[in-house]
Amino acid sequence: MPPDVPRAQRGRMLRGARAAEVRLACLLVAPALLAIALVAFYPLVSDLWLSLHTKNLRFPARGEPFVGLQNYAALAEDARFWNALRNTALITAVSVSAELILGMLAALAIHRAFRGRGMVRAALLVPWAMTTVVTARMWDWIFNANYGVFNAVLLKLRLIESYRAWTASADSAIWVVIGADVWKTMPFMALLLLAGLQMIPAELYEGARIDGAGTWRLFWRITLPLLRPSILVALLFRTLDAVRIFDLPFVLTGGGPGYATETLSIYAYRTLFTNLDFGYGATLAFGMFIAVMIVAVFYVKILGSDTARAM
Amino acid sequence: MATARLPLEHSAAPAAGRRLRPRRGAPIRLWSGIVHLLLIALLLAFCLAPFVWLLETSLKTPDDLYSIPPKLLPVPVDVRNYVTIWQGRPFLQNVFNSAAVASAATAVSLLIGALCAYALARLRFHGKSLILGTVLAVSMFPGIAIVSPLYLFFSRLELINSKTALVLPYVTFTLPLCVWLLTAFFRDLPPDLEEAALVDGATPLGAFRNVIVPLAAPGVFTAAILIFIFAWNEFLFARTFMNSAESYTVPPAISMFEGTGTFVIPWGQITAASAVVTVPLIVLVLLFQRRIISGLTAGAIKG
Repeated sequence: MPPDVPRAQRGRMLRGARAAEVRLACLLVAPALLAIALVAFYPLVSDLWLSLHTKNLRFPARGEPFVGLQNYAALAEDARFWNALRNTALITAVSVSAELILGMLAALAIHRAFRGRGMVRAALLVPWAMTTVVTARMWDWIFNANYGVFNAVLLKLRLIESYRAWTASADSAIWVVIGADVWKTMPFMALLLLAGLQMIPAELYEGARIDGAGTWRLFWRITLPLLRPSILVALLFRTLDAVRIFDLPFVLTGGGPGYATETLSIYAYRTLFTNLDFGYGATLAFGMFIAVMIVAVFYVKILGSDTARAM
Repeated sequence: MATARLPLEHSAAPAAGRRLRPRRGAPIRLWSGIVHLLLIALLLAFCLAPFVWLLETSLKTPDDLYSIPPKLLPVPVDVRNYVTIWQGRPFLQNVFNSAAVASAATAVSLLIGALCAYALARLRFHGKSLILGTVLAVSMFPGIAIVSPLYLFFSRLELINSKTALVLPYVTFTLPLCVWLLTAFFRDLPPDLEEAALVDGATPLGAFRNVIVPLAAPGVFTAAILIFIFAWNEFLFARTFMNSAESYTVPPAISMFEGTGTFVIPWGQITAASAVVTVPLIVLVLLFQRRIISGLTAGAIKG
């Protein structure tokens, strides 16, 4: 009997300690989860609810009648929505693939040891750190129709015969937006890929070189396969950002000329805060959430199956 | 920190590998050296030239600013733009607003995020991966999807034009980064230290404050820089929840920076104001580049 007492007591103490630990954990996690519930999940649910109603702040007397999926059905007929979707898809596809290729080149160039490497890496952070609004105004000035340095350089190189209004023409405005976006975000891609490159053990290359493999072969056989997870993660981050793009076209072109550079985020924003149409605006906004989640699930599935295969 | 130092040792190894075949490789090496140098020069020009042009523009006289073709260098240097940006508009107030909002968001996000990260890294309880997943999911939310309900919510509470309306969403949207970074950081710290503190009779919170926090200072600092930069640069919420010129933070202020009384867009002043809000950021980034890069990439690689 006597030997059992301390053991039972110890068990109770341990159980008490475990319970205290769980209580403490709940307490520590609570503020973060509360903030997320209040500022992220509640608005999202509220968005879904609004998207099933008609609500226009300009006509408060009309109230908020329930309209079911009518707002979503209206999307199909809405040419401005399809235009915004096309613009967003074009910006995402072109700028993310350009960033991947340029970012890979930059990462490979920096990966090689040379003097001043730290400085070059630091220079990559300049576009990344710059406020997007500032970036937008900077490129607006560079592409200025009358005084812009872009026009001056192209004229000097005889690539154009006279100055052009790059941001005011429907054909070129979206390419100005894409160019500015690539400038701003390619360095981030390069840094992520560089970090991935540095995780590849150098012995792999040495072994393959002794076997007589050339640089090109090394890249396709060793670098690219081993870099696959880093590439996918970088693509995930960048694709999500590109689909949500707002600041840059909003300040650089205002979505114009006409609707030539209007993205989904800008269209939703204008519907909400210019037209004050909170019902349809919520539909556009919630649609964006769905689109972003589809992209995320797509990448996470690929990443997940990669990891599973590796195991 | 270990991840940050590792690459430097690796980088020398391929160079050693190349030396295995000296003769036949020599001309190729020369060519690849030249190509490499060109690539690096191009990369530097790509990253820095637009910003240098912005700085130059801000230092030009009005005549030079609107000369065709543009003058390559700002001679004579004219600093008048840096004086006029503060006159006739609340730009100083805008800078102050940004500094206040970004500092508050950084402090609150770190506090809440560190507590959550400590629980996730050290305490035993169920549902950890669910919590981490939820936190991470927030980083994928499109801002536009939540901005209008938040606007209605803040209107009802009469928080429009108050800094709280910005601090709350900034804290929430930086929590994923903060929790993710700090959880990884706390996990890397040896548990023996706080166990020793617990054996000595310290409470878990006491062990956290006196043992973990000082050791995790580098990680906390990295998170702080990244959170501050996010808050300093944010535009969508700032434009929506602030609707008077006095309450703007820097991004909406710069986006609506117009001349006082003229029809011409004052590019000299816009570029000067841009430089004023960008140069401190760049100094910060250059000073702490190692930390920032390891912070940016750690999440990506471990995630």
